[in-house]
Amino acid sequence: MAAPRIIVVGGGLAGLAAVIKIAEAGGTVDLFSIVPVKRSHSVCAQGGINAAKNLKGEGDTTDKHFDDTIYGGDFLANQTPVKAMCEAAPAIIDLLDRMGVPFNRTPEGLLDFRRFGGTLYNRTAFAGATTGQQLLYALDEQVRRHESEGKVRKFEGWEFLSAVIDSNGVARGITALDLRTMELRSFPADAIILATGGIGAIFGKSTNSVVCTGSAQSAIYQQGAVYANGEFIQVHPTCIPGEDKLRLMSESARGEGGRVWVPRTVGDQRPFKQIPEAERFYFLEEWYPKYGNLVPRDIATRAIHKVVYELGLGLDGQPMVYLDLTHIDRATLNRKLEGILEIYEKFVGDDPRDVPMKIFPGVHYTMGGLWVDFNQMTNIPGIFAAGECEYQYHGANRLGANSLVSCIYGGFKAGPNALSYAKSLPAAESEGSHAAELSRQDEINRKLLRNKGTENPFKLWRELGEVMTQHVTVIRYNKGLKQADEKIVELLERYQNVNLSDKSQWANTSFAFARQLKNMLELSRVVALGALQRDESRGAHYKPDFPDRNDEQFLKTTKASYTDSGPRFEFEGVDTQFIQPRRRSYDAAN
Amino acid sequence: MANRTVAFEIKRQSSPDAPAVWESFEVEWRPGMNVVSAMMEIAANPVTADGHATTPITYDSCCLEEICGSCAMRINGKARMACSALVDNLDQPIRVEPLSKFPLVRDLQVDRSVLFENLKAVKAWVPLDGTYDLGSGPRVFPQEQEANYPLSNCISCTCCMEVCPQFNEETGFVGAATIAQVKLFNNHPTGKVLKEERLRALAGDGGIQECGFAQNCVEVCPKQIPLTNAISDVSRGVLVQKAKDFLRS
Repeated sequence: MAAPRIIVVGGGLAGLAAVIKIAEAGGTVDLFSIVPVKRSHSVCAQGGINAAKNLKGEGDTTDKHFDDTIYGGDFLANQTPVKAMCEAAPAIIDLLDRMGVPFNRTPEGLLDFRRFGGTLYNRTAFAGATTGQQLLYALDEQVRRHESEGKVRKFEGWEFLSAVIDSNGVARGITALDLRTMELRSFPADAIILATGGIGAIFGKSTNSVVCTGSAQSAIYQQGAVYANGEFIQVHPTCIPGEDKLRLMSESARGEGGRVWVPRTVGDQRPFKQIPEAERFYFLEEWYPKYGNLVPRDIATRAIHKVVYELGLGLDGQPMVYLDLTHIDRATLNRKLEGILEIYEKFVGDDPRDVPMKIFPGVHYTMGGLWVDFNQMTNIPGIFAAGECEYQYHGANRLGANSLVSCIYGGFKAGPNALSYAKSLPAAESEGSHAAELSRQDEINRKLLRNKGTENPFKLWRELGEVMTQHVTVIRYNKGLKQADEKIVELLERYQNVNLSDKSQWANTSFAFARQLKNMLELSRVVALGALQRDESRGAHYKPDFPDRNDEQFLKTTKASYTDSGPRFEFEGVDTQFIQPRRRSYDAAN
Repeated sequence: MANRTVAFEIKRQSSPDAPAVWESFEVEWRPGMNVVSAMMEIAANPVTADGHATTPITYDSCCLEEICGSCAMRINGKARMACSALVDNLDQPIRVEPLSKFPLVRDLQVDRSVLFENLKAVKAWVPLDGTYDLGSGPRVFPQEQEANYPLSNCISCTCCMEVCPQFNEETGFVGAATIAQVKLFNNHPTGKVLKEERLRALAGDGGIQECGFAQNCVEVCPKQIPLTNAISDVSRGVLVQKAKDFLRS
């Protein structure tokens, strides 16, 4: 039979990891990406990548990494894949090191490790504070090598629109849009791997790149793929609020000793230097003495909310707190954190080596995602998913520096699994499914261009972001969640009246955006209604009216399926065969 | 009191063959705003300063924190990243144009794929035996890491190529970014196995001898990469390689 054809959609860490494994196994890959893959969102990851290498003599083990990850995720993650990921992590670090990632070093020339949230071990390897950039480049370089050997064809500047699914429900390819020529085409494949990242754009402003719309996940959700744990969205405690986005200020700042505080007295207007130590409220250290500033992100984010909104202690009455590095010497800061300090300097104008940074939580990471089995395959045969776009490794809250390892590990699994699936796939009976899907997509495109309504897609998106941020982030009430869903339904109706101010057929960015927006709206319902269903508090999902975790009812994966009248939900038991669920609390010795 | 506004003049071109026109915009000022947020505002309200309906501006952008390298353009005549161009630091009207040395796609979007082709030509990678578990990597001392890390920070924005007088169709010069990557990989304990091939790739037309040492590259680099230093080092390497190859032949 002919050599199997694999399509990978998305050129971040997960997608590139999958491509490398397939090329290495002798397969050929068509790699699709909206942006040149070297510009993918993985480039934004800052602090590091976790692996229990135990190079600091602390007795760290992969079992402890596994336990921290499961506990940090409030027991919602299936344990089998998480255990395997933690066991694979040390070899992944070695591989990245061999690829030439310029990890920081100890004087002996070994890999250096630092602390991160939700663990008591120095488990995080890092390359300054631009670890994601360095990792992405290393994989990008390997893919470029395979590309130059003819094993990989890149389709950069193409946007995935849908899967081509045959009459037996088996994936046979994709349709995609050339963002320059606006050409619509279908591409045959025996297996497809989606590695399309997070969905931050449904919240308007987030730490995510502008391409992180979740459009691809949503498209296949609407074609029958199950979306899991959509309600679990990580709000990162330390971001720089901005007009166009929220810029991440890495957890590594706290890993290297950064302290979060506010003046103890409401309305204290003194410059920070004039506020003596005793009049500073290091609330994370006081409330969580064991983990201090390195409690997991959901805990730190809620603490900052409490300090600002309940205690009224935000700086100058604004929703901001200090993240203070000024007690650390400049040489150390430059060696370990320079990348993020530059970001703060460039975008705020102050030097964080001299003055404490002013930060606030912002939407950061999508724990939920496409449902996949332990082989990374979705419920649609032939469609695999890896990286942030799937749900598998982080449960109800992701630990810092676990995302990079989960992306690479997921890609390393998805690649070979997709290849072996493709090798055993019987040939399609006809090519008819391609024509049918193309004409369905063509009709959507024509309708959008013909529309003569009054709605601007960018304005609709702003309204979506506002309502999602207000009701579906840190603190959730059922009333607000219902309001959010009603608003989304209204926006979906108004979407029917979108009138594009640009109807041209060349590099039309509003057209591409309008297509993404529809998918964002459908996916937002999964997030809001998933949150509504879950009457408990677990990890990043917090309802003051249901403040406790309820394992009896909700130690379950939420699974959403698309119907014309909205998402339909069912629940699936969680694999807890290795670690018995226990109460999660970081405030006492446990 | 009327809201403060920011004045922009943006060069528009609907396709590579269409004529270029300048359009003026008045955008509401907000604290900390950058050039990209102004373009987002124009997308939501695509109306020029004199009240004419227009189209949203086509431009590349992705991370908005100056790490992905997407949003390079000319702002008040200077090649730079639009995300880190804060309007409070710019003279108005803020004039925004596409990079001039690359094929134009539309408005502020250009095709910079030449850089990725150049990286292929110089084999900018470490040639691994495979991605299976082969144990730990080579030891690297902190001093070496600190020397190489800045070179590895290149975001492929191509600003260094835009401002280089030698980067044009006539010379076919590869540009500073690619040369810095040659230095990076030639420094790597495993990557250096391809050192000779990389140096030879820079020895011919369009290679390192095209550099006129104008030093514009190092001034414009948003990541402060020591580009001229890399060019000097690699240049020396290319000469030595040429001599060796001559003696061998």
